Amino acid sequence: MADEKKFKTSMGDGFLVYMTEEEIRKDLAAGAADAVKRGKVSPLTDDEMEHLYNIVIMPGKVVGVEPGREVVSTNDSGSYKISSKCLISIRRDEQAAIAERVLGCDSIDIGNTDYNYKTVKGIADREASTMRMALQKTTMPLFYGAMTNLGFYTKPDGPVENWSMLLPEGRIEEAMEAQEEAIEHAVRDIEFVAEQIYKAGGDGMNFDTTGAAGDADFLAALKATEVIKEKYPDLAIEIGMAGEFVLGMHGKLEYDGKRLAGMYVHDQVKMAEKAGASIFGAVVNTNCNKSFPWNIARVCTFIKACTEVAEIPVHANVGMGVCAIPMNEILHTDIVSKVDKALIEICNIDGL
Amino acid sequence: MAQEANHAISSCMGGVRTAGDLVLRMQMTHKMKIDDAKEYVANKLGVNLEQLSDAVYMTELRDELGIGTQLPFITDANFGMETKFNISEKLGMKINSVERFKERAGIKKAELMV
Repeated sequence: MADEKKFKTSMGDGFLVYMTEEEIRKDLAAGAADAVKRGKVSPLTDDEMEHLYNIVIMPGKVVGVEPGREVVSTNDSGSYKISSKCLISIRRDEQAAIAERVLGCDSIDIGNTDYNYKTVKGIADREASTMRMALQKTTMPLFYGAMTNLGFYTKPDGPVENWSMLLPEGRIEEAMEAQEEAIEHAVRDIEFVAEQIYKAGGDGMNFDTTGAAGDADFLAALKATEVIKEKYPDLAIEIGMAGEFVLGMHGKLEYDGKRLAGMYVHDQVKMAEKAGASIFGAVVNTNCNKSFPWNIARVCTFIKACTEVAEIPVHANVGMGVCAIPMNEILHTDIVSKVDKALIEICNIDGL
Repeated sequence: MAQEANHAISSCMGGVRTAGDLVLRMQMTHKMKIDDAKEYVANKLGVNLEQLSDAVYMTELRDELGIGTQLPFITDANFGMETKFNISEKLGMKINSVERFKERAGIKKAELMV
């Protein structure tokens, strides 16, 4: 008896795995069920699950979306990855031009390699100068990008007490107060950077990996969005998340009367809308120990629930380790393109 | 290869190769969903949706309109900031860098943008 046919796919860490149809369908079902259970969202339809299966087993080094369904891209490249990762010595303004006229990007962000607003505040005018140079030589819109990264505001490097030290000691109230204080610092820093970028002519700000330090981190981004949109209403803001679930490091913080801790993607987008964000960057974290079928089904279930309620454009974040992209610096082109195809054709996203 | 290129090949508009930069501008400024943004840009440029994603057709059109292409090596081709002056006019929208340029160059006071 011949061996059952196996399809080449990937694990969440990027390493290849071969799976039978039965194994793939089993993992698809399990991944989708995990999202339904955790997010309390609707499952994918039978037709969508079948389409997803067909995408997973598609042959070819690259698969593509149906013509006419192309979307647009934003990113958190910082215009420094050619120099910082590939070790090709090119200035960021030139990397922005390469992104436009060589890589085919729809936009790119200028950013500091130490990709957070606290660091950038001290060099904001220099960053704005790089933005100005890049704007001179590009056509596509340019963002300035960095992380809110609230953890950088803790002692000994920052001004407030370290809640990660306080919490294990049971000093809950002090930990909560420290986070609330850090929010105010972060909002001021982001506002300062935004002012420089606006004056330089930048098209938008990208708040990357929002919520990485928990609910206070997310609230800082939401408050900063409010402040910036009030002062510079034409400056676009993209809020890109850190994960599908907002960690409750504080636990009691609310925005628009809703508790932020525990929010899943479809609730996060409503907060971003309320704050005035132009684009929401949806994230579902990749599980390295699970297969690509498991991850992509889980991702599609969460992201479809998000786009169904979103009134602003949703750009699914498809960098390393998110939205079923494996957690690996080097990626298989077929897996990346299958993620794109699934997110566009099943989840109706507006961008990547 | 750069992940950006991977996405551009499999699923994105390719920026100035077609009209990806213009569609994104409508998302950024008017919070338009992808289909609405494409339709808006297509109407403004007088093309249909198929042409909007056609790199060969759009390169001809973009060159003619002076709104930037992937290969702006012809002497007369517009490039960089020049293209954004024309995009601002063709799409009927203010672009921050264009307004700042006008202000700094003394062409006119920057207008309050909406």
